[in-house]
Amino acid sequence: MGKYILKRIIGLAVLLLGITIITFIVIHIAPGKPTDLEAQFNPKVSMEARERIAHLYGLDKPLHVQYIEWLKRFARFDFGVSFMDSRPVGQKILERIPITLTIELVSIILILLIGIPIGVTSAVKEGSFYDRFMTVFVFIGFAVPTFWLSLILMDFVGVRWGLLPISGIKSLEFEKFGNFDKFIDLSKHLVLPVLVSAFGGLAGISRYMRSSMLHVLKQDYIRTARAKGLAEKDVLYKHALKNAFLPVVTILGLSVPGLIGGSVIFESIFSIPGMGRLFYESVMARDYPVIMGVLVVGAVLTLLGNLLADISYAAVDPRIKLEDNL
Amino acid sequence: MNKLTLFGIGIVGFFIIIAVFAPMIAPYNPGQIDIENILTSPSGSHIFGTDSLGRDLFSRMVYGTRISLMVGFIAVGIAAIIGIALGAIAGYYGKWTDAVIMRFIDIMLCFPTFFLILAVVALLEPSIINIMIIIGATSWMGIARLIRAEILSLKERDFIYAERAIGASDLRIITRHLIPNAMAPALVSITLGIAGAILVESSLSFLGIGVQPPTPSWGNILSEGKAVMGAGWWMMLFPGLAIFITVLGYNLLGEGIREKLLR
Repeated sequence: MGKYILKRIIGLAVLLLGITIITFIVIHIAPGKPTDLEAQFNPKVSMEARERIAHLYGLDKPLHVQYIEWLKRFARFDFGVSFMDSRPVGQKILERIPITLTIELVSIILILLIGIPIGVTSAVKEGSFYDRFMTVFVFIGFAVPTFWLSLILMDFVGVRWGLLPISGIKSLEFEKFGNFDKFIDLSKHLVLPVLVSAFGGLAGISRYMRSSMLHVLKQDYIRTARAKGLAEKDVLYKHALKNAFLPVVTILGLSVPGLIGGSVIFESIFSIPGMGRLFYESVMARDYPVIMGVLVVGAVLTLLGNLLADISYAAVDPRIKLEDNL
Repeated sequence: MNKLTLFGIGIVGFFIIIAVFAPMIAPYNPGQIDIENILTSPSGSHIFGTDSLGRDLFSRMVYGTRISLMVGFIAVGIAAIIGIALGAIAGYYGKWTDAVIMRFIDIMLCFPTFFLILAVVALLEPSIINIMIIIGATSWMGIARLIRAEILSLKERDFIYAERAIGASDLRIITRHLIPNAMAPALVSITLGIAGAILVESSLSFLGIGVQPPTPSWGNILSEGKAVMGAGWWMMLFPGLAIFITVLGYNLLGEGIREKLLR
């Protein structure tokens, strides 16, 4: 197990290098230099001043030198400073991550708690009215655009019925609250974003769970379990469920980039100061150091998600010969 | 054929007809401003109502269909070309070629795609062409993997050995024999990809980084709808429904193809 994790981490280092190269290329193929933005505020900026700014950011050096210098700083977790407010990029991202991660984690738990039972029961009752109803529900879930769902929820739950706050993560008088009220206040603000974030993934997970369960139920060992007279309940929930759950773990790991990517949309709609909104604002302001920082951090979070999924997969399933997997 | 699949085909066909015959279907010029009829609710003369500049929402939606479908088709076309080419090369040549391409796919899969798209579109200036290229360039990985997997097993089959024996070139074997036989799983992915691309385009346009006004797209109409929330429900309802129904249509069609081809 330890050897496997080590091998995986070496593999991750290669991926990480690739991620930094692509991020660097993406930012540098774009026309328009960061210096344009600084010059834009002051039309009188001379050529010399432009060159001075370019020199300050090392933009006058050849690309590969720029990349290597950026990589060196990146290895020390130094992402540079934001163009917008001159604060360290690492710090700006770090203070946003907990908010986004909290929302994502709660939605993943919600997705599992609702999606797994839906998938399992649909598979067990394959072809029944319930199964067909759930299939339609899943297709609807796949197709509803999250931003539209957010708007509808905002309009009805927030504006018309006034049930929940629709913007930000805390009320104005937040600091005056006691700890319990603070928790309640935060939770109220996060209900809609979490619902929206979970909604999209729900359809996928329940669908995967259903097909995985259907596949397992056709296996010989299930027939054996039934043949030796086990109660149907034990066959389904002890033998089948465990095996059917495994592929879903991988899917969950693979869905991390989608969840993080989706955070841009609902965080900007609900004005949540998370990573997605930071990214959106930085992109709009062409704040290159922050854009590069968030792209890399987002990809690293994905890597970690996949690694976690693989390790838990390997830990649960003794059949997997870890050494062969690389 | 499955009823749901038929339903999907119906939806897909319906919107294609609307896109093709947009000038004949739209009752008004989609850009025609009418300051006397700002934000009027749906009525006989404006069946979907008007927007905050008095433009006919129905006409804008009809023309928006063109944009959404065009972005969907072309973006997925680009993704399919990249995915099929790289998948076929990786699967056929194997060894280090395969290793390099597969690592590249792994790396691309790590990025939160929407972040990548957002960054590139915003830095390159959001034009429809840029949007199509970028969506295509970030969504080919699934197709490449499917093609590669198919070709890995196909290339060991007798008919490929026979082709080699009569001296067919690699290019001929790949394009004439391997790719056509490997397309079935990728076809499902391509159909679902159209839905995905339409969703991404409308999300970008909704965030103001996609199709730019005054060109109508479902996403940017919805964004205008957000601005007038509470004063014009029709601005929020109709574009959202259009996106939802279209995406549903392609998903159902994709699922139908999966059942037809892969079982």
